[in-house]
Amino acid sequence: MTATTTAPVRESQPRGATWLLTAALLGALLLLALLSAGLGAYDIPLGDVLSSLQHRLGIGGAALDRVPESVLWNVRLPRVVLALLVGASLGCAGALMQGVFGNPLAEPGVIGISAGAAVGAVASIALGLSFLGNWTVTVCAFVSGLLTVLLVYAMSRSGGRTEVVTLILTGIAVNAFAGALIGLSIFFADNAQISQITFWQLGSLAQATWPKVLAVLPCALLGLAVAPFYARKLDLLALGERPARHLGVDVERLRVVLVLVVALLTAAAVAVAGIITFVGLLVPHLLRMANGPGHRFLVPGSALGGALVLVAGDLAARTVAAPAELPLGVLTALFGSPFFFWLLRRTRRRQGGWA
Amino acid sequence: MSTITRGRALRGLFAVRGRELPVPVAPGDVVAEARDLRVRLGRRDVLGGPAGGPGGGVDLVVRAGEVLVLVGPNGAGKSTLLAALAADLDTTGTSGRVQIGDRPAHDWSAPELALRRAVLPQAATLSFPFPVEEVVRMGRAPWAGTAAADEDDAAVADAMAATEVTEFARRPFSALSGGERARVALARVLAQRAPLLLLDEPTAALDLRHQELVLRVCRARATAGDAVVVVLHDLGLAAAHADRAAVLHEGRVVADGPPAEVFGGELLSRVYRQPVEVFPHPRTGTPLVIPMRTGRVRTVSGGHGAEGDR
Repeated sequence: MTATTTAPVRESQPRGATWLLTAALLGALLLLALLSAGLGAYDIPLGDVLSSLQHRLGIGGAALDRVPESVLWNVRLPRVVLALLVGASLGCAGALMQGVFGNPLAEPGVIGISAGAAVGAVASIALGLSFLGNWTVTVCAFVSGLLTVLLVYAMSRSGGRTEVVTLILTGIAVNAFAGALIGLSIFFADNAQISQITFWQLGSLAQATWPKVLAVLPCALLGLAVAPFYARKLDLLALGERPARHLGVDVERLRVVLVLVVALLTAAAVAVAGIITFVGLLVPHLLRMANGPGHRFLVPGSALGGALVLVAGDLAARTVAAPAELPLGVLTALFGSPFFFWLLRRTRRRQGGWA
Repeated sequence: MSTITRGRALRGLFAVRGRELPVPVAPGDVVAEARDLRVRLGRRDVLGGPAGGPGGGVDLVVRAGEVLVLVGPNGAGKSTLLAALAADLDTTGTSGRVQIGDRPAHDWSAPELALRRAVLPQAATLSFPFPVEEVVRMGRAPWAGTAAADEDDAAVADAMAATEVTEFARRPFSALSGGERARVALARVLAQRAPLLLLDEPTAALDLRHQELVLRVCRARATAGDAVVVVLHDLGLAAAHADRAAVLHEGRVVADGPPAEVFGGELLSRVYRQPVEVFPHPRTGTPLVIPMRTGRVRTVSGGHGAEGDR
């Protein structure tokens, strides 16, 4: 307690800004989630959404008619919740990965982790695996995602640092290899499986159901809960491996834990939503520009921001070209890549380089 | 085992149990020590020569209250010796004994080592553009959860003042010049307030004023009772500020003692493979080390000076 009261005045202002940003993110997320639950092919007014939510929570409100109630609870809400989980997982995984690699360009999509996880998911569909029931695809995505993280990690590091160029080139190689394996799976799959696989490649939340939410929930929550405990150590890791060790960080253990967490979060997201890129890259980037690179805000903030972006993205994917539906992964990449270009140039100019 | 028994409610909850805090030492006490140290990196014997070869490995004693300077030509093993004292080297390829405090270096956990020694690496890098003050504050991380965490603000402010980086406390590290970065890195190391400071070429990127400043800071820390080991290339700086100098040559300590005794023209000429002159400063008497230069000085300055004056 004493430490916070005696802290110098200059500390208090950024901290205030952090809380403000967190509150703004939370508010926007809540509003957008409610809007997203109401908007679509079958419009449900915001008041009705709130009323139905209250009813189910047992705090007043009233149930809707049969059709809107069913649309809301069986179609919209699982989709919104899934968007929240997937977005939070991707945003958080991006922030963690950039911290672990000490490189602001690391992101599960860019360096091929998403594609690697998709290989597991796609292969399990093509081979008709079902050894773990509802969990099969998730587990396969996790295992292949984990293998990919380890591969990228081993290949792109030298002398304790990861050069931007090495990382991006490794990403190209991994993405190409994963693409080939996915292509191979498609080659061996039948028509029904192919349409399922295409869904994974493009990325979408269209197949959201409550069982899917439940399948991904433990992975996502575990990852999101563990990540913030490593924020301080990630700050120290920005100094480099040796200096971090000099400050008492067990670097090897930190890396192993965080690589596992990244694989967990990415696999959770990919297993239910396919390959959705750039969320994990853009969100931490924007937050870093807004509130500095400190991971104590960045890690949980990126989870919030990622959820916000994905709920918004999914709402757009459903409504922009209605009644048709755009693949979400295509949408995020469509907006993400030019924005990323712009960020890249702007940040580089401002900071005079990356290192 | 644990000395953090009176931890405050919240802090105590997250404190690392079983982390032993360093005990104060008296000036002159040995805080770190290398005995018969031999280091082989890859296929090269960097320190002490091949195992079982002639002569022993490297012996070096670091005492509290003393500035010890490591000098020697490039590749002599200065940085490796410093890394060994920092417990940075893994055990493969290393033989002999390195002791920090009262235990072998590798018996300490990483958090315990962080309370006992601070290390300034040769090059200061940062992956993300943290503001300067936050970088310096990172040096306080080892003390989180201990009673010394109360000193955080004071330690950060003192370290920034001592290295003259206070004026750009809020600027991002990445926007600083090389010399400014080097001083911020030093401030971080000072803020750690460890009883053993290991600095690898802290003056390499600095201008004249700040070179002197850094060595004065080292002096002050030694006077306050810490042990300071500095790798230096500038023999004049070393002679002026060190209590003791160790000259390394091909992975061995070939001389160890007060600079005035150790810095002999014959020894330095041989070690650096460059004839040098050593003579006392006319006013202070500290040794000055100057490379032997042939007499072209007059023709160069005379010719240009005459042209320029007209």
